[in-house]
Amino acid sequence: MTSTLTNLLGPTTGAVTTALDGRASIVAATQGAENAVLTPRETGAWSHDLRHALAARIAAQHDEPDAAEHYRSKINDSTLANLADPQNDGSDQGLAHVCAFMDRVAQQTRDVNAQDIKDLQSAGVSDADIVRLCELNAFLAYQLRVLAGLRLLGGKA
Amino acid sequence: MSNVITKFTRSVPAWKPRVTPVSLDSATPEQLDALQVTPSNTKVSDYVLTLAHDVEVLKVRSPLFNGIMYDKGGMSRAERELSALAASMVNHCIYCAAVHADRHAQLEKDTAVTDALFTNGAKADLGPRDRAIFDFAYALAQTPPVADETHVQAVRDAGLDEAEILDLILSSALFGWANRLMHVLGDPVRKNG
Repeated sequence: MTSTLTNLLGPTTGAVTTALDGRASIVAATQGAENAVLTPRETGAWSHDLRHALAARIAAQHDEPDAAEHYRSKINDSTLANLADPQNDGSDQGLAHVCAFMDRVAQQTRDVNAQDIKDLQSAGVSDADIVRLCELNAFLAYQLRVLAGLRLLGGKA
Repeated sequence: MSNVITKFTRSVPAWKPRVTPVSLDSATPEQLDALQVTPSNTKVSDYVLTLAHDVEVLKVRSPLFNGIMYDKGGMSRAERELSALAASMVNHCIYCAAVHADRHAQLEKDTAVTDALFTNGAKADLGPRDRAIFDFAYALAQTPPVADETHVQAVRDAGLDEAEILDLILSSALFGWANRLMHVLGDPVRKNG
């Protein structure tokens, strides 16, 4: 099956391939999670395009340019494209509160506190949409670290 | 809130959501299915009810979590818990750290490693294999990750094979995910507090 993880990793050899084959169900489930997070049937307030823009932004914050490009290439709404660049704060789109939250959860996870959630609620974001943002952020944190780790394991630092 | 726990502990706290969890009374059929609620099983944690707001992800998440932490072969169960703990210490997720430190202690029938980590932090005195595993998992959990070839070489020198190192990577990365839910969406609080 097609997997973002293995596509971005490129060809593997020997023991790494064997190890990945031994965890094929996890590689497949990781792709299933990507699909559920990026292109859910029920999007709530966050369109597929916005989700891809935020994913590209988080990938950039993790120094993963190929993953960022993977997600950026799927943004069809050009008005959202510049969110993929962490230099833009989202105010052009009226999404400064969303970008500020996502940047903090991605990069300063340990410092996140109750006020961060209250700020989103005060900005009118529903609880379900807060959970959706967290899952998007959290999934990317996972996927990008698996990618980084596998690259090291394969000697492609 | 005075009963919020801010220091690492192996005593597993309660978890108080910062958003309103899905109510079973108003849950959709898809949510009930993902929650595996049946007439004989109506006990669902606030954490899972919170995640039920995003039911499509909840459905794929549980098999993935269980696979990474429990599938046979590869790195030992206790060492996967150590890797999860390292990530949870980076992200200061008190709840995840407690759960996985407790499991590590139970699996090892020994609290020495987690006692040392909670008393002295990431630089605690660990055996060489635990040290190499913890350091790789800890470096990978930073944002951006700072794991490099020296971490891979250290775990190889400590005797880990490729399948074990893959499990180390998966279990640390998985807690990059779990911590961003547990630590962000709720507070660890004293039980009955």
